Amino acid sequence: MKYKFLPHTADIKFQAFGKSLEEAFENSALALKEIMYKKLKVKEKIKKRISVRGKDNERLLYDFLEEFLYLLDAEGFLLSKIKNIKITKIFITNKTKKINKSKTEDNKDNKINNEKVYNYKLIAEVIGDNAKNYNFTNNVKAITYNNMFVKQEKDKYICQVVVDV
Amino acid sequence: MELKKISENMWGIPKEGKMNVDVRIFASEKLLEDMKKDDTLKQASNMAKLPGVLNPVIVLSDAHQGYGACIGGVSAMDLENGVISPGQIGYDIDCSVRLLKTNLKEKDLKNKKEIIHSLFRAVPSGVGRGSNVNITYKELDEVLKKGAKWAVEKGYGIKEDLEHLEENGCLMPCNPDDVSKRAKQRGIGQLGTLGAGNHFLEIQKVDEIFDSETAKKLGLEKDQITIMIHCGSRGLGHQVASDYIKLMEDKYGWPEFDRELVNAPIKSELGKKYFSAMNCAANFAFANKQIITHWVREQMKHYFKDIKIDTIYEVCHNIAKIEKHIINEKEKQILVMRKGATRSFPNQPVLIPGSMGTASYVLVGTEKAMKLSFGSTAHGAGRVESRTKARKKLRGEDVKKQLNEKGIDVEAGSWKGLSEEAPSAYKDIDEVVKVSHETGIGNLVARLVPIAVMKG
Repeated sequence: MKYKFLPHTADIKFQAFGKSLEEAFENSALALKEIMYKKLKVKEKIKKRISVRGKDNERLLYDFLEEFLYLLDAEGFLLSKIKNIKITKIFITNKTKKINKSKTEDNKDNKINNEKVYNYKLIAEVIGDNAKNYNFTNNVKAITYNNMFVKQEKDKYICQVVVDV
Repeated sequence: MELKKISENMWGIPKEGKMNVDVRIFASEKLLEDMKKDDTLKQASNMAKLPGVLNPVIVLSDAHQGYGACIGGVSAMDLENGVISPGQIGYDIDCSVRLLKTNLKEKDLKNKKEIIHSLFRAVPSGVGRGSNVNITYKELDEVLKKGAKWAVEKGYGIKEDLEHLEENGCLMPCNPDDVSKRAKQRGIGQLGTLGAGNHFLEIQKVDEIFDSETAKKLGLEKDQITIMIHCGSRGLGHQVASDYIKLMEDKYGWPEFDRELVNAPIKSELGKKYFSAMNCAANFAFANKQIITHWVREQMKHYFKDIKIDTIYEVCHNIAKIEKHIINEKEKQILVMRKGATRSFPNQPVLIPGSMGTASYVLVGTEKAMKLSFGSTAHGAGRVESRTKARKKLRGEDVKKQLNEKGIDVEAGSWKGLSEEAPSAYKDIDEVVKVSHETGIGNLVARLVPIAVMKG
């Protein structure tokens, strides 16, 4: 099973699965696609590369899915399929100022700290067509953090998302 | 969680654990049972945990589970210690309702099927169907600054419309620089579009008058034709909410009880920027409905040469506003966040749309609402059934047939959308407004029933 829908009074909740984190993310995008235009056969005419970053998997998933809402509204891009999706862990440097309040050392420790933190980066190729060529009416307004999780269970990954419709 | 009956149709959850204040619920026993079935009350108790929240958090009679805050939830905040949270306002910023009155009676509308079809053609709806209003980014900034006034200046509608809109159709402060490029890119092609989902345009007739004095003041009488427009700030507003949720979590982290209730102090720079961007989105929504109003007038003129269409009122349903309220016996400025709730100030018209095919109501705000609910009442029917479930139960064709049997003509973008908005998926609107009237937080003025509906 790629994904399943769960009961929710007003909005739509789904879980997507995958053997890898990438596959679970890809299936989340397919679930989003089903909510908006289940029966449409979208042609593969336009190819784009997308890249999103997040400090944890949930934020990465939120931004990844939001990208499709953005592409649809701003560029009229309608997703057909996703190729070569890759998630990598990268280091970024956070410049933070460490202030030592200890009286004995006075001000000499007020130096810039180059704190290295993990971040996640997702890149993918998205293929689809111009939305003008299709007629559908099920809008997703936004991705939400409500009940969202990304987790690993034994050999599979699960993403849970509630979208505002 | 302890639930106490305060009085008829009023319930309370006393503060416990990490809650800073109580929760006050407006509901009949039947509506309360619906709320217990999902996360409504849990979400309300989470709202009561936010810093600086004033007593009590309000849950209105149409409340149901949302994300972050429940839909039909109001929280008031102290300006000094309080926070502003996009999850307590909603993604569809200023999803709102405008009501127009006409000088027509039901008997005049013999060709209503044709009329609703022409409105369907004139007002773009659905997803991926672009706007007929071409503007530059510079002009979009003017829309975000001026709201409905921008549209009137461009020839969409008349000055008198502005006098009958909440805040005259422009919320301030509103700096377009606080709205991201991404949000503007999503919105620029959507000005003057209805959207999809639960948004609609409806031709109605006044079915019953409850308060003849107020109805007379508003210019409503039995069998008169009215037109209702329900839509919001489209992709621009959704992106504003989403942008600031992320900026706020980067800066302040998020509450452990719900990431969606991420917030920023009202006084902080980020809090102020969100407030300004949210106002810009609301101004987009005001301009949006102003343009649609103009197209409705144009279309109706084809059919009725002497038609007169005036705006009765437009109210916001998802918004935060700085207002004066009595707190501890002193008048004070506070922030009131209403998500799926209507402002209900004394003598202000309150518009409560039903679900597709059911009655909508005009109410009037009261002093009692100022005392009991921070000047707020319900905003609509509120769902009781998920969209997927509604779709399984009824096909769009069946919904159309049922509506036609009731004498209601329908134009919809898709069968699927139609089945999801089936009237049976919603709470009983009559029960929702009855609670508002009986508790005195919004008094009944008139009932409007649909005769032709257009849905995105």
